[in-house]
Amino acid sequence: MLNKKKLNKRLVLPKAAEAIIRPILFTSALTAVFVIVLIAFFIFQKGWPVISSYGLWNMLSGTVWQPTKEIYGILPMLTGTFYITLIALLIGIPFGLATAIYLSEIAPPRTAGIIRPAIELLAAIPSVIYGLFGIVVINTFMRYLQRGLLSGILPPDYQLGYSVLSGGIVLAIMILPTIINIAEDSLKAVPRAYKEAALALGSTHIQTIFRVLIPAAKSGIVSAIVLAMGRSIGETMALIMVIGNVTALPQHGLLSVFAPSSSLTATIALEMGYAGPQHQAALFAVGIVLFCIIALLNSFVIAFTRRGGQQQL
Amino acid sequence: MMTRPKGKERFIYLFLVFSGYATLTILCVIMGYIFLKGIGHVSLDFLTQSPRKMGAEGGIFPVIVGTLYFVALTVLIAAPIGVGAAIYLNEYTREGTITKIIRFGTELLAGIPSIIFGLFGYAFFVVLLGDFTQGWSLLSGALTATCMVLPTIVRTSEEALKSVPRALREASLALGATKWQTIYKIVLPTGLPGILTGIILGIGRAIGETAALLLTLGGSLLLPQSIFHGTRTLSMHLYMVAMETGNMDAAFATGVILIIIVLLINFTANYLIKKLINRNSTAAIRR
Repeated sequence: MLNKKKLNKRLVLPKAAEAIIRPILFTSALTAVFVIVLIAFFIFQKGWPVISSYGLWNMLSGTVWQPTKEIYGILPMLTGTFYITLIALLIGIPFGLATAIYLSEIAPPRTAGIIRPAIELLAAIPSVIYGLFGIVVINTFMRYLQRGLLSGILPPDYQLGYSVLSGGIVLAIMILPTIINIAEDSLKAVPRAYKEAALALGSTHIQTIFRVLIPAAKSGIVSAIVLAMGRSIGETMALIMVIGNVTALPQHGLLSVFAPSSSLTATIALEMGYAGPQHQAALFAVGIVLFCIIALLNSFVIAFTRRGGQQQL
Repeated sequence: MMTRPKGKERFIYLFLVFSGYATLTILCVIMGYIFLKGIGHVSLDFLTQSPRKMGAEGGIFPVIVGTLYFVALTVLIAAPIGVGAAIYLNEYTREGTITKIIRFGTELLAGIPSIIFGLFGYAFFVVLLGDFTQGWSLLSGALTATCMVLPTIVRTSEEALKSVPRALREASLALGATKWQTIYKIVLPTGLPGILTGIILGIGRAIGETAALLLTLGGSLLLPQSIFHGTRTLSMHLYMVAMETGNMDAAFATGVILIIIVLLINFTANYLIKKLINRNSTAAIRR
């Protein structure tokens, strides 16, 4: 016989739990959206006064950043960020795509079974480790290059090792896993029949890869590149450690790959530590610019992959 | 298997193979270099003593304790929310406008740079909620990190829940279990390895994080007394020691500890994923 207490435990409590659980889970699910809204709200609330009083265009096109004198030109950091990102992509994309193709098309399963976990590890290494490696190895090499082979053509302040190029190389390594993983997935998602048809028509394996597989995997490859771009624009610590953090516009054309530089992220992270209230507000304004760039890139990826996915169905 | 290409194609082929091995080499060079440079300075004293001169001398004991507290607190806050979100998305709702918004928000959150989280954490947790979190503190840092690791936990947990065979749920419901009973007693235990993987990957992200914590965790070198005190993590310590004291030996030694932790995390995560795949494929066949 069931007494009332046991009956309660078996029938009533589960129903009550059911009623409470759903709203709790729903709230958890909404947290991410809630956080995004809060982030946008706080960054804009703190930074917008500076943008509206200083003028967005003045800020974006201003070449002098002297927050203590209330001069907030962020063009040097903006150039630094894009310059470094460009170099990272120029190095990272060919190697990343080639590795993705190698893994999905050429590598014997055993080799792929070693390289894939290595790429996972590469993604898991903290950025400060890359930074440390960058200062000690890449910057030392760069200094050697700048003071040896290139000492005749480089101005003295371009011979410090800290440079746009070092930043670009470090970032290129850091974005490799992003490019490789997404590109490999999209190459693998290409229907097998495409490949078989191309081979049956007499094209070589390399032709099949470049004329059939890559065009078919285009949407995935594009999102891999855009995500990698977002990652390198947003990277902070590794850059702080290797680029020298000098907020000056590059002056010497192509040679300025050897110039010490700054980035949006590095400036925020370095200066928040000692900034006064007005200076802090200016850094939040830099944060707004960064947030908008990243939000734009990511929304593009999300929309793009969604559409691409539907097309394939 | 492909035949060896000839002529011009041979160069392309060689470049593809070269890239594959180059990636592997880069990883080995970076990890090997940090390891060789740092391992000589890692000793029992280094692990168990307090730092002197801003970390330039002495050990990293308070930093290790601070990292453990920070990670534990972050998981304690982030795991229930993340797993809860995954359960809601996978079990309690159909795809519609609301899930689209939630997924969009989660994906967007995953792409936000850590320094933006830092600015947000500073403005919200450190300044606005300062009376509650005591400004720069373990709590502020953990709450900020929670926002960062949430997408990782949600995504991986959702994958884990998706891999649980439908038949298990149907059987449980047919036996008269309520929905929550089914989730709690059948779905969650079956998907547990995958959920743990998500949490472990989240831990990995939290441990590697630096930029956001510089603005929220404080950076104190003292042993943290409570969640309302500031501390620093190994990554932060590495950065501060390398950049502020210039003692690269201490930085490399900290780097070695970090790399070992990252390796452990990765192996555990991989092991759990394998376990999940095995378990669910056999479960599907048996039933």
